[in-house]
Amino acid sequence: MDFTLSNEHKLLQEMYRKFAETEVKPLAEEVDEEERAPMETVEKLAKYGMLGIPFPKKYGGQGADNLAYSMCVEELGKVCATTSVIVSAHTSLCANPIYEFGTEEQRMKYLVPLAKGEKIGAFGLTEPGAGTDASGQQTKAVLDGDNWILNGSKIFITNAGFADIFIIIAMTDKSIGTKGISAFIVEKDFPGFSIGKHEKKMGIKGSSTCELIMENCIVPKENLLGQVGKGFGIAMKTLDGGRIGIASQALGIGEGALDETIKYVKERKQCGKRLSQFQNTQFEIADMKTTLDAAQLLVYRAACCKDAKGNYGPLAAMAKLFAANTASDVTRRCLQLHGGYGYTREYPIERMMRDAKITEIYEGTSEVQKMVVAASLKVN
Amino acid sequence: MKIVVCVKQVPDTTEVKLDPVTNTLIRDGVPSIINPDDKAGIEAALQLKEKLNDGSTVTIVSMGPPQADVALREALAMGADEAYLLSDRAFGGSDTFATSTIIAAGLKKVGYDIIITGRQAIDGDTAQVGPQIAEHLGIPQASYAEEINVEGNKVVVKRQYEDRHHILELPIPCLVTALAELAAPRYMSVAGCFDAYRAKEVKTLGFEDLKDGFDPANIGLKGSPTNVFKSFTKQAKGAGEIHKEISAEDAVATIIAKLEERHII
Repeated sequence: MDFTLSNEHKLLQEMYRKFAETEVKPLAEEVDEEERAPMETVEKLAKYGMLGIPFPKKYGGQGADNLAYSMCVEELGKVCATTSVIVSAHTSLCANPIYEFGTEEQRMKYLVPLAKGEKIGAFGLTEPGAGTDASGQQTKAVLDGDNWILNGSKIFITNAGFADIFIIIAMTDKSIGTKGISAFIVEKDFPGFSIGKHEKKMGIKGSSTCELIMENCIVPKENLLGQVGKGFGIAMKTLDGGRIGIASQALGIGEGALDETIKYVKERKQCGKRLSQFQNTQFEIADMKTTLDAAQLLVYRAACCKDAKGNYGPLAAMAKLFAANTASDVTRRCLQLHGGYGYTREYPIERMMRDAKITEIYEGTSEVQKMVVAASLKVN
Repeated sequence: MKIVVCVKQVPDTTEVKLDPVTNTLIRDGVPSIINPDDKAGIEAALQLKEKLNDGSTVTIVSMGPPQADVALREALAMGADEAYLLSDRAFGGSDTFATSTIIAAGLKKVGYDIIITGRQAIDGDTAQVGPQIAEHLGIPQASYAEEINVEGNKVVVKRQYEDRHHILELPIPCLVTALAELAAPRYMSVAGCFDAYRAKEVKTLGFEDLKDGFDPANIGLKGSPTNVFKSFTKQAKGAGEIHKEISAEDAVATIIAKLEERHII
């Protein structure tokens, strides 16, 4: 067992850090305040390959791996959680299922532009009545000649406001439950497809979170992803991978908060001493660093397991459960070390605390992760 | 067209500490980077290659210890095609003359059409190695380039001067020294980082590989005519005063007054 990064991963880390510091960090506050998606950054992410990291070059990807992808989301997450989730949702939830379950034609048509970052992807599973209970899909798909006709709506869809390609999960046969669920590749310009309400959120405010509306939406037959009735499995497998992305994001948010706090406690003086000289500060910092490193090991392990084509699902669930919990805990404690200044929007720490919370909720709540882990131990 | 960029790995600061005993830089604990002028040179070379789009290649050459490998990998990850590290214990302690002697031998081995070097390195600040390489190779050179273009079989360089620019035409092969302003360097790409280690290699050339290209008496510490006598931190110069459109008499009077004021005369 070797816990050191390979040379190529070290070089990548250096590149991600430089990019995040120079291109992403300066926009983080504005993106949050103005609740706008940083599209200028998305273009740059595409230019340097960050929207197609783990996919083979023949599909427009970078020929790197899931560890490289996880590290990218982590480094972006350190400075801007909004930017990191754009990459995560695009890569894990849209490009990846097309890569894993798509036909060669679908890969060429959709994965290539997604991986190159010419098109942005999103994933529509959640509905008003189907959150954690994803099997309760109300969106229906009916085959009509050469097309599937989709009707229904999705909510809380990340990247929806600017995405071009959507993976949509819908019921093709309600009578057989989850075995009657199928997945589709839907383009934003397909007739009957539209974007609804934009959510106003507590954190990741620059991330576009919208409702999707399908009214007799016409989807060509060849845009069925995988086979009829396999949609639920595709969705669950997609979320297994997505959790590596969100775990990386959570890890990054926590690490970013700690970086800011270390800087702050070395400067801030109270009672004639720098905050860093108080043992309470030292113990807090040491404790948080230890937990963050533990989270990092879990996250990297899950990513490496996916690269090794192992059973990464439960590992990704553990990584997300622990990293999300750590992100929320660490950002809260970091804010406490900042005192009153931390509560103001002059400092990034309050934003980080708001951003951290979502990682305990989306792509499976922490409770769902526990269900996945328990089930993997056959405790159910 | 074979475009070769010479780069140097330097400590990432302009204020590295000096060892007061040996008068050399203390490099421990200081992260290393590609010298900024050299990095602009890499970017200019990559842009030139992309613009020519005729199968031209970008080759990176560096002289340094084995650790300089990572600087070459970075250049490969930015998009360079191949990289050579000139490294041997016999090269250690080289001053600019010995360094340029070795690099020129390396370039003869590697081949070149256009050579781009940085103007100067932020650790030594001599701005000598580039021009010396051109002298060793007997090719024309243009220093302080702000722009480099290839027009037909000529290289056209916009050279920065204190108060003006010179547009110079050079035949190929030639050497150009680049300013950091020449081109803002791109980031490495994700695929580039992977390929830098998995698909490309850094070839090392040592004394044995290059010995036919130089006189062994001219390399390394023994081949270096420069001896560092003393190093010290320079005091910052004031901004200076500029008096425009004054008569010669007034100018003389102003200068005399200033010199007297400071008890110089």
